[in-house]
This record gives sequence, C-alpha cells and structure tokens, in this order.
Amino acid sequence: MGPEGEGLAGAARHGLSEQLDARRRVEALWRIESARIVAGLARYTGDLALAEDVAQEALAEALVNWPREGVPRDPVAWLLTTGRRRAIDAFRRRSALDDRLPQLDTGPAPDRPDDTDDDVLTLMFTACHPALSREAQVALTLRVVGGLTSDEIARAFLVSTATVQARITRAKKSLGAAEAGFRAPESDELGARLAAVLSVVYVIFTEGSSASSGDALIRFDLAGEARRLARVLARLMPGENEVHGLLALLELTSARFPARTDSDGEPVLLEDQDRRLWDDSAIRRGRAALRSAERVGRGLGYYGLQAAIAECHAVARSVADTDWERVVALYEALGTLAPSPVVELNRAVAVSMARGPADALPLVDAVAEDLPDSHQVAGVRGELLRRLGRTTEARTELERAVSLCGNDRERTVLHRKLADLP
Amino acid sequence: MKFMLIMRATDETFAAYENVDFNEMIAVMGKFNEEMMNAGVMIGGEGLDPEDPGVVVDYSSETPVVTDGPYGETKELFNGFWMLEVASKEEAVEWAKRAPMQGPGSKMEIRRVTEIDEFPQDNEWVQKEKGWREQLGTA
Repeated sequence: MGPEGEGLAGAARHGLSEQLDARRRVEALWRIESARIVAGLARYTGDLALAEDVAQEALAEALVNWPREGVPRDPVAWLLTTGRRRAIDAFRRRSALDDRLPQLDTGPAPDRPDDTDDDVLTLMFTACHPALSREAQVALTLRVVGGLTSDEIARAFLVSTATVQARITRAKKSLGAAEAGFRAPESDELGARLAAVLSVVYVIFTEGSSASSGDALIRFDLAGEARRLARVLARLMPGENEVHGLLALLELTSARFPARTDSDGEPVLLEDQDRRLWDDSAIRRGRAALRSAERVGRGLGYYGLQAAIAECHAVARSVADTDWERVVALYEALGTLAPSPVVELNRAVAVSMARGPADALPLVDAVAEDLPDSHQVAGVRGELLRRLGRTTEARTELERAVSLCGNDRERTVLHRKLADLP
Repeated sequence: MKFMLIMRATDETFAAYENVDFNEMIAVMGKFNEEMMNAGVMIGGEGLDPEDPGVVVDYSSETPVVTDGPYGETKELFNGFWMLEVASKEEAVEWAKRAPMQGPGSKMEIRRVTEIDEFPQDNEWVQKEKGWREQLGTA
C-alpha cells in the first residue's frame, strides 16, 4: 500500500494545492465508499455507533496521512483495515474495564467489502431506527449512508456544525440505549421500517428542493443526494413498489426544477412554467421508475400515486392539455390511502380544471372547515371565486390569504393575483 | 452535477484488447456498470462501434475536408461514454479511475454537462433550442 506512483521527490513536491487535491480526493472517495465501509464495520462490531466512530477516526487519519504520503493504492482496504484496528482497540479498552465483554475476532480482515448489499440496507434501516427522532434519522442517514461531513450537513440545513455534531452524537446514544444493534428488521415490522426510510429520503429531498438557486452555490445538493439514495434503494429492494414510486416522484419533481423560479428567483406556478425548460431525461427516468412500481403488481402507494400525478403534468404540453380527470382520480385514490386536507385541496383544484370552478367550490369550502387559517385554502378559494366572476368575494378572500401567508414569495404571487382582478 | 465520462482509445489500445476474451470483457464492463447503478450515480451511457471508426470533417481550411476516422495523426478514437450524476468533479474522477480500462493509449475524458438554465434565457436561439430539446426528448 505504498504511495501511488510517487517516490521521495514526489512526496517532497507536495505543496498546498496537492494537499488540497488529496483532501478533495479523500472526500470524494468517502462519498462513494462510506456506506460500505461503515456497514462493513457495523456488521463486524454489531454496533453502528462504534462503527461510525472508528470510521471517522480512519477518515481523519486518511486526511492527515494521504496528503503527506500519497493516496494508498487501495484506499478502501486502507480505510477498512484502519477502522477495524480502531474497533479492536476500542473493544480492548472496554473489555479491560469489563471482562464480561467478548473479544473481537482479530483474524485477517477481508480486503474488500464484498457482498455488502444487505449490510448497506441494514445500515439504512438502522440509521432510520424508530428510537430516533426524524431529525436525528435524517442527520444520521446523510452521515453514514450519504458520506456527508458534519459541515456539509450543517450548510445544507442552515444550522451550525456544532448543532449537527450534537444531533449525531445524541442519535448514536439513542441507538445504544434502544439496543438497536445492527440487524435487518423482522418481517412483521418491515413495512413500518421501510416507510421510515422512504420518509427520511423524502424529507432530504424536500429540504434540498426548497433551496433557491442562489443557495445552491453554497448548500450541498440535498435533492441530488436524495435521488441517489432512492436509486440505491431501488436496486436493493426491487420488489417494493413504493421504493420505485418514491424514485419516480423525486425524478419527476426534479424535472421541473429548471422552470420553477424566474430570473429574479421568484417562484413560478406550475401553470405558468416554461415547460420547454423541464428536464426530459429526468422525466424519462421518472416514468421508467413509475413503470417499475406498477410492475411489482401491488398497485401504487403513497409515493407512487404522487408520482403518477406528477407524470400527468410531465407528459402534458400545457395546462389545457393535461388529463385533469386522471389527476382527479389519482387524488381521490391518494385521499383514500392517506386522507389529508392538503390532498383534498389539491383534488379540488384538479376538479376545477377538469369540470370547472362551480364543481370545485363546495370541495374547497369543506376543506376550509378543517383548515380555517390556511392561506393556501383562502388563495384557492379566491381563485375559484374570481373564475366564477364573483370579483368582490374573490378580492376579500385573496386579501385574507395575503394576511395569513407567512412566506414572502408566496405573498408576491397572491399580490399579483389581486392586481390582476378586474 | 452531471458529468460525461468519455472513453478514448488508440490503435495500440485496440491491439492490446484483441487477445482479451469478449465475454470476459463484457463481464468486467458489466460489473463496473452494475457498481455505478448500485451506487445510484449512473444515468446513461452508450458504446460506439469500434469496427467502424467513422469519418472526420476537418474545418481547418476554407472548405471542410472529409477524411476517414480516427482523428488524423493522433489516431485517437472516442469509443463510448457514460453519464453520471454525482456531487463533485472529484467523485466523477474516482469513478473514472475504477473503469475497467487498461493498455497503451487508453484514456478517459471527464467533462461537466451544462444545464439549459445556465444559458442566457432571453437569447432567441436558446429559446429555440428549448423547443428542439422537447422535440428530441433530450435533456
């Protein structure tokens, strides 16, 4: 494992920029390999918290050594071996204090993390363990599965690095207290555990997609990371329709990113978006994932149905060209599966597009009873009243929406609608 | 970020590959592709026909000159590409290093793919291109 193609003269040439290059290379390698390295170490120790600790120690060692001595020929083997050595040290320290603890097998370590697919899946399930808060699940998943540094996670969520570190430390303690160990879920809990994993990936995506384009320069691309995680899951669990459904939803939603804000960074409503800007290759990938979800043969779930709705928009050349009756039917299915006022509001909007504002208004009125202080409900109601020619009522309702709205950008859109009233 | 990994080879590369078993070559390439699929980074790729090196149109003189490929004196041939979606250029480089390519003259070029929204949106031709992309079903 000597330095790569570098003699003493090469080592001496290493200046600041070479050190930076080596550092970036370590970080890139870590992004690719961290899941397999941490999963391998967790399988070895039976303890994700310890595995993460020793993996970080190995990474820190690499960041010090590699820029100085060159990157080893097989960096993954180096990181695994170093991590494993640190794990043995940790166990020795612990068993010196408590002789009831077993010793780790110190035999030769495998050079490569072969056949670690199951371990990576177990890693995802453990990072999203029910003993953890959603916030902790998200941070731990990004750290151990995504290979992000605390700094990258902090920048992505606009919190301090110390906050992220504290969150991860707490998460690891909770896993220990819950005796989570490192094992795949039992078959009777698989459904609920998978739902938690998918939900974490979705949260990561929505956090990433709420970033404006200006933020993108400094914030880690969380939406991209969520797509990557969903693709990894789809490979690991091809028989789960909702995994494909989630991937489809993320691809089809991402396809609209280039059109979702105007040149001033203001949000552009779906109906006003320049559809020529939509990313057609993302649409193709999303539709392919949706077909995979359907092929599983259990129908579409929570994410799959949302993806199918996104597909209706993705294939339509314009708002008028959209198959709104299909959108209505899909929202009805979604509302049956996961009833919520937000789904009802969206169904009402689809009904207004398919059959006109008169059919939709009673549906919105019903939602308004559940969500009396929602600016979105008031906004939709105002829009329907406008289309019905009830301008005075529309103005009152849109003004109420403005007063309820806490988001500057959405308020701008509402002001625009008010200004457009006859 | 999207990157294109472009395989490049020379006559010497092809000569070295002549002794490699075809099935074995497909297997190692398949394993590399599978690894990128499992990692969730591969979003596309194509191979170019190695039997037909194509033609080259050279614009150095006033009238374009058409010659048989590969590219003039360098004898270098692009023979395939991958499209990856990764977080950094360094990550794309790491994947390139793992590609099962070897032998004299065998190279990989790594280029970032530009997105349509990086161009001035009010330009008439950028506007037209958006329409073309829609028609062609390309990103």
